[in-house]
Amino acid sequence: MIRVGLLIVVIAAVAALFGPLLTPYDPASQELARRLEGPSLSHPLGLDELGRDILARLLAGTRISLLVGLAVVSMSSVVGMLMGSMAGYFGGRVDDVISRVIDVLMAFPGILLAIALVAVLGPSLTNVVLALSVIGWVGYARLVRGQALRARELDFVQAARALGAGSGRIILKHILPTAMPSIVVQATLGMAGAIIAEAALSFLGLGVQPPTPSWGTMLDAGRSHLFDAPHLTIFPGLAIALLVLGLNFVGDGLRDRVDPKLAK
Amino acid sequence: MIRYLVRRLLLTLPVLLGVATLVFLLIHLVPGDPARSMLGDTASQEEIDQLRRALGLDQPLLVQYQSFLTGLVRGDLGTSFRNGNPVTLEIRDRLFRTFQLAFAAMFVAMLIAIPLGILAAVFRGTAIDHGAMTLALVGISMPNFWLGPLLAILFAVYLGWLPVAGTGSLAHLVLPAVTLGAALAAILARMTRASLLEELRELYVLAARARGLSRIRAIVRHAFRNSLIPVVTIIGLQFGAVLTGTIITETIFAWPGVGRLLIQAINFRDYPLVQGCILFISFTYVMMNLLTDVTYGLLDPRIRYD
Repeated sequence: MIRVGLLIVVIAAVAALFGPLLTPYDPASQELARRLEGPSLSHPLGLDELGRDILARLLAGTRISLLVGLAVVSMSSVVGMLMGSMAGYFGGRVDDVISRVIDVLMAFPGILLAIALVAVLGPSLTNVVLALSVIGWVGYARLVRGQALRARELDFVQAARALGAGSGRIILKHILPTAMPSIVVQATLGMAGAIIAEAALSFLGLGVQPPTPSWGTMLDAGRSHLFDAPHLTIFPGLAIALLVLGLNFVGDGLRDRVDPKLAK
Repeated sequence: MIRYLVRRLLLTLPVLLGVATLVFLLIHLVPGDPARSMLGDTASQEEIDQLRRALGLDQPLLVQYQSFLTGLVRGDLGTSFRNGNPVTLEIRDRLFRTFQLAFAAMFVAMLIAIPLGILAAVFRGTAIDHGAMTLALVGISMPNFWLGPLLAILFAVYLGWLPVAGTGSLAHLVLPAVTLGAALAAILARMTRASLLEELRELYVLAARARGLSRIRAIVRHAFRNSLIPVVTIIGLQFGAVLTGTIITETIFAWPGVGRLLIQAINFRDYPLVQGCILFISFTYVMMNLLTDVTYGLLDPRIRYD
């Protein structure tokens, strides 16, 4: 399954990088006379409500989705690793404060807090990344905190401390590497989560704003044309589901390798 | 048991306070002036000042916070900016529909997941297992904002079996409940499989087989019952995801619940109503998690002493 997942992710990455070369159409150019036209030889995935080529927009949307996924995973993992390792390594007050913040953020289900943040900050790509990172770091912090709590008592960490290594060095060189395999798994699954969340926010009108092509906004536009042009709904959703499925395959496969007990 | 309950409740209070504080601060994150943002650029300074007074935004932050918490304790979440109704009343009017949808979705999820998980565990390593688990992974990967419209295209547009949106009959509930329950079904199927496999390794199952029970009987009579404990816990813990899912599902199917109310409030920049809906959903989530913890404590007494 991990190979299938990797194949899907690589195809998405190629589509994001070389998208404009793969189709002769501009994602923004309109052919109003042919609006809502179904798939044909000239437009394999059809045209949308403004007569724009759906394939060109899907390819451009791949770039947005991967960009959001990477940005959210990068920001959340850095903040989460920093907070988690500090909480686990220092313990005491530092752990108390960070753990209470984590508790409060975990009390918001799913993307509710992201919806709330984007609602007040205003809908935009930057705010979506910011909002998803605000909720995303918690998972990494919990993971790293647990690892740091265990690792700080291990002999090689005690030895490094005895040799005079500073806290920063111990965290960076000794504690974080022990948590790295689990972080990679979390990042892969987190990327799938971020892509779905971005699409959900855009679908609700709270994410990427038209005319920028995003899979979520394309799905939202398709909602008004379920009866006369279902292809507006089918293709963007298929793209989201495939990419997320690919990332989940990779994440699940990596998790089984990191913790073989789970594969049983 | 009472000591355990009190301890769990006391541990929940700081979390609820933290949630309330964060939700209170949300309105202060609005870039510029929240009152101007709500009224738009055409509003006069007088109108803006009036709204600021009505929302209490002219008061010092600490005073606002104090009156927010006092109101919260009394069940007063402020007044909707759009229609002047108390926020609590607006939420109360839609509460039934949201819970109706959430519970229907959970019922659908269990109906699909438990047989699927049992089949996967019983036929472990076979094509049935791989098929069931791939289906579960597809279910997790399929966003509800795509599944919903797809089901509507198939069952409402092409087949004409079910209504596309709205409320009124049980038929109206089917598509939203399946849409909302699909992801939970996928998670539950995986959990049921894993939990049942764990139980099947236990000695009491072997003993039951040694006493002459068939494999199916040993599974159904003994292993399955015990494997349900973690599954019940997951159902409780996933209630939050279901609640958040109602936001999208209610929007797709024009279902008049709290989730749709939240999106309408966001579109109207009705910040008191946004605050109220967010608070309601997160408080319900926290309390549901507490209930799950307590139930788990009741089912497995060892948990209470952790």
